Amino acid sequence: MSTRKTLVVIGHGMVGHRFVQAAIERGLTERFDLVVVGEEPRPAYDRVALTSFFEVGAEQLSYLPSGAYDDPRVRLVLDTPVTAIDRDAQTVTLADGEVVDYDVAVLATGAAPFVPPVPGKDLGNVFVYRTIEDLEAIREASKTAKSGAVIGGGLLGLEAANALHQLGIEAHVVEMAPRLMAVQIDDAGGATLKRHIEQLGLTVHTGVMTEFIDGNDDGLVSGLKFKDADEPLPVDLVVFSAGIRPRDQLARDCGLEVAERGGILVDPQMRTSDSSILAIGECAAPGGKMYGLVAPGYQMAEVAVDGLLEGPGEFTGADMSTKLKLLGVDVASFGDAFAATEGALELVFADAVAGVYKKLVVSSEGDRLLGGVLVGDASAYGVLRPMVSSGMALPENPEELILPAARGGGAAKLGMPDEAVVCSCNNITKGSICGTIDAEGCADLPCVKSCTKAGTVCGSCVPIVKNLLAERLEAAGKAVSKGICEHFDLTRQELFDVIAVHGFQRFDDIVTAHGRGRGCDICKPAVASILASQFNGHVLDKTTANLQDTNDAYLANIQRNGTYSVVPRIPGGEITADKLIVIGEVARDFDLYTKITGGQRIDLFGARMEQLPQIWKRLVDAGFESGHAYGKSLRTVKSCVGSTWCRFGVQDSVQMAIDLELRYRGLRSPHKLKGGVSGCARECAEARGKDFGVIATEKGWNLYVCGNGGAIPAHAQLLASDLSSEDLVRYLDRFLMYYIRTADRLQRTSTWLGTIDGGLERVREIVVDDALGLGAELEAEMARHVDSYFDEWKETIEDEEKMSRFVSFVNAPGVPDPNISFSTTRGQIVPSQSEEPVSLGATIPVGAPTGAGAL
Amino acid sequence: MTSREWEPICDLAALEVERGATALVHGQAVAIFRTHDNEVFALGNYDPFAKASVLARGIVGTRGEIPFVASPMHKHAFDLRTGRCLDDDHVQVPSYDVRVVAGVVQVGPRLEVA
Ligand code: SRM
Ligand SMILES: Cc1cc2nc3c(=O)[nH]c(=O)nc-3n(C[C@H](O)[C@H](O)[C@H](O)COP(=O)(O)OP(=O)(O)OC[C@H]3O[C@@H](n4cnc5c(N)ncnc54)[C@H](O)[C@@H]3O)c2cc1C
Ligand code: SF4
Ligand code: FES
Repeated sequence: MSTRKTLVVIGHGMVGHRFVQAAIERGLTERFDLVVVGEEPRPAYDRVALTSFFEVGAEQLSYLPSGAYDDPRVRLVLDTPVTAIDRDAQTVTLADGEVVDYDVAVLATGAAPFVPPVPGKDLGNVFVYRTIEDLEAIREASKTAKSGAVIGGGLLGLEAANALHQLGIEAHVVEMAPRLMAVQIDDAGGATLKRHIEQLGLTVHTGVMTEFIDGNDDGLVSGLKFKDADEPLPVDLVVFSAGIRPRDQLARDCGLEVAERGGILVDPQMRTSDSSILAIGECAAPGGKMYGLVAPGYQMAEVAVDGLLEGPGEFTGADMSTKLKLLGVDVASFGDAFAATEGALELVFADAVAGVYKKLVVSSEGDRLLGGVLVGDASAYGVLRPMVSSGMALPENPEELILPAARGGGAAKLGMPDEAVVCSCNNITKGSICGTIDAEGCADLPCVKSCTKAGTVCGSCVPIVKNLLAERLEAAGKAVSKGICEHFDLTRQELFDVIAVHGFQRFDDIVTAHGRGRGCDICKPAVASILASQFNGHVLDKTTANLQDTNDAYLANIQRNGTYSVVPRIPGGEITADKLIVIGEVARDFDLYTKITGGQRIDLFGARMEQLPQIWKRLVDAGFESGHAYGKSLRTVKSCVGSTWCRFGVQDSVQMAIDLELRYRGLRSPHKLKGGVSGCARECAEARGKDFGVIATEKGWNLYVCGNGGAIPAHAQLLASDLSSEDLVRYLDRFLMYYIRTADRLQRTSTWLGTIDGGLERVREIVVDDALGLGAELEAEMARHVDSYFDEWKETIEDEEKMSRFVSFVNAPGVPDPNISFSTTRGQIVPSQSEEPVSLGATIPVGAPTGAGAL
Repeated sequence: MTSREWEPICDLAALEVERGATALVHGQAVAIFRTHDNEVFALGNYDPFAKASVLARGIVGTRGEIPFVASPMHKHAFDLRTGRCLDDDHVQVPSYDVRVVAGVVQVGPRLEVA
């Protein structure tokens, strides 16, 4: 008979998953077989980041994309609710009829949104906001809905309303209390928040009672009737976000004790009234109180595992600080935000124009921070929150902590005690982070994150974790290597300066003077990019050709089967019929797969390396030039049709896009650069999703910088408004050159901005106010680039030496590589892949090893 | 001809330093590399991770003392001397014996798996 026991986890949400992870890591699976039963159709995912589902999809949010744990002793059953627990027989019953015996059961069933008994709540297009399925349904309904209301003006309600707005629906927030986020922030903060929310384009209704939801003949929502209003507010979609209720029904059904206000009662070891059943997460109520945040849930999961291992862990309550994740609005509240503590004093900083409201609550002696509220600028949150939890002494002038000049990150130096919780999501103290850094020898942030888990949930503690790391490394006398790879101790910015100062033009000279070894795939392309930015030589020149990254090395984008794609430049996306025809003819004659790209141009795929020169010869002859789709360089400047045709346009956005694309074409940079120009505020060119975006105004142009799409989208931020065309170009020249000089390798403008002390404000000082007196120099550098631009494909096909690399085999230039073959899909070629190297069928069997001459 | 024979490829001078070239040897695509100290190496051109014939197009450099090429596809590093993948011990591409005779690069038999 087996001595192994069975542990059943009911619910595979955030906390259930954390429990299983901890059980595996801490060896609980040595003693127990785990059966994890989840009701949702997919494994646990990041519910905190639920809203980003609309942008990144379900896959990105998943904690277990493979659908199984690495540990074979964990069995995961999904899409199947547990329907009953039989405490006498020690079994749980699943909806599909399976009965599982348990020795220990862990309830992690979470919470469900509370839907108040408002008439009309069962109409079609009434939703809640909790699961991926909820969001899928909302997205579907948003395709036909014009306006929607979210009932509940709390943290989640605002998030949901903003999501509706982003889905293109007119969004209303309906709150019974007289202010938004009533639980977390005070009246003055609420008023500032309301202004921010309205600026996002949302309509806020506070102090209103919903009487009923009106429906139409199809049984769908048609309006929302408030008490004291004559007419219903016309909406065709309603989302309830009026709080949550613990899912404790299973526990009630089997007679476990529950708290007065709901939630399964548990002791500090997370045991329910039946000691072989534990409860953790939002379904549990330690001491009668439920916690609607993930951090306390994680703490409970750790405590539960600890208890099962006979450890001493206890749950003693948790920090209920919150930070709102709304796009563009900073809101945070922490500790005793309402100054409820006897004798507490308030320090307030408010700037109505800038929309900033900050309040610190300090003890009566003024020496301890008790809590606070931040609206409009929550950058200090990361520093302030641990000051509350650690009870450390406040500095002399506590107001400096919230004055605009004060910046986050100083807390480590402020002498935070070891017990201070730095990462509240994971409940990790300063002491344990420092201990881990020392013990594991962590030398960089990713290592600290993976060894401690600090900074892996909401990320707000990362600046402090970084500080602690630097402090520990300094204390250990270790130089923090900022070098880009093993061959250089220099950062990209330092390399840039070294090359500029010495005028080095060859990698060999640089690595001999300032590095070691022969370089690698990290430093060589970085040096190649710097040389190209500074000297604008041909990337395939003798001295730089062998430094180029994959795509630059053949001036084309490599594809999965080793062929290349060809992207001619189509400035601003504008093209004549004749040129379109040429592209069509080239594609047809070389049998290339043809596709319109996301960047307003045309991509031709499937060219063999040795065909590239012939293809480009045809394109160059027809007046095309390289589109640099392969380079870390300017890609496209997207345009909308603008005032020439569009009835709304106020400036010629196509002309401006073409001018900018031609000005910056060929400009090599730390990462790719994209631009956009829209003819009016409707923003059809999506300029705010670009590294630089220009939006026409009645008076000129607004310039936005540091946006991108991709994996972590960022909206570009306003740098300067109503600019003349000349000023626009001048600021852009400075901005781009400053970025090229100072950014790290492969750092897009938005990430770069995040590393600049002082952020956008600092960039504005440098670019617009010329605070460093660099303006003229940056403009001159850009002028040099513009004057020395040439089409690198044209030069390549005219240069025999450069052409020599475009052969299939050095010893058989006429033979195409047999490893490349195609099939046909939807009338065009696509790669077909072979699992093995393909032989030309020579006389010898492939790969027969022989005994001769081993090294 | 058999795989035991030496196949002449090209003049050493035709190979650029720290850059690969693809050759057709015994019917197979083989990547030939010349390092800065004028040593010549030959590996199978097929990147087993990407399942594509591309290794000759990668960047050549050193990891510690080891001369290596980074596949242009997903940057897996291969030891130029043995073909062993430096990022995954279980993976190795074929390596071939190479010599330079009278200024001409010759590729010989495939080396035994070390
Ligand atoms: C062809 C195209 C997709 C399409 O069929 O539409 C494409 C294809 C590639 N994209 Fe893209 N991207 C294309 C538009 C975009 C867009 C849309 C846009 O430009 O408006 C985006 C989001 C906008 C942005 O960049 O901010 C986009 C975000 C990315 C990213 C993520 C960048 C990021 O900062 O997160 C990468 C990865 C990277 O660059 O490191 C990427 C990388 C790539 C690469 C270069 C991957 C590679 O190294 O092989 C793909 C090969 C290009 C090729 O020609 O073979 N592509 N890519 C589009 C070419 C546009 C053009 O005309 O040049
Ligand atoms: C949009 C949104 C934003 C949020 N933002 C934040 C934030 O910024 N910060 C923060 O701290 N928290 C936030 N939260 C709350 C956070 O997501 C929860 O605190 C956390 O998910 C709780 O984890 P849990 O495992 O207890 O519950 P859940 O993650 O809900 O997991 C419970 C799981 O159990 C399943 N289940 C229930 N009953 C059964 C049954 N009988 N049989 C089988 N399975 C069952 C459920 O289907 C669910 O999958 C947010 C929540 C939402 C919805
Ligand atoms: S952004 Fe304005 S000008 Fe441009 S196409 Fe859209 S509506 Fe017209
Ligand atoms: S505080 Fe959220 S990840 Fe550390």
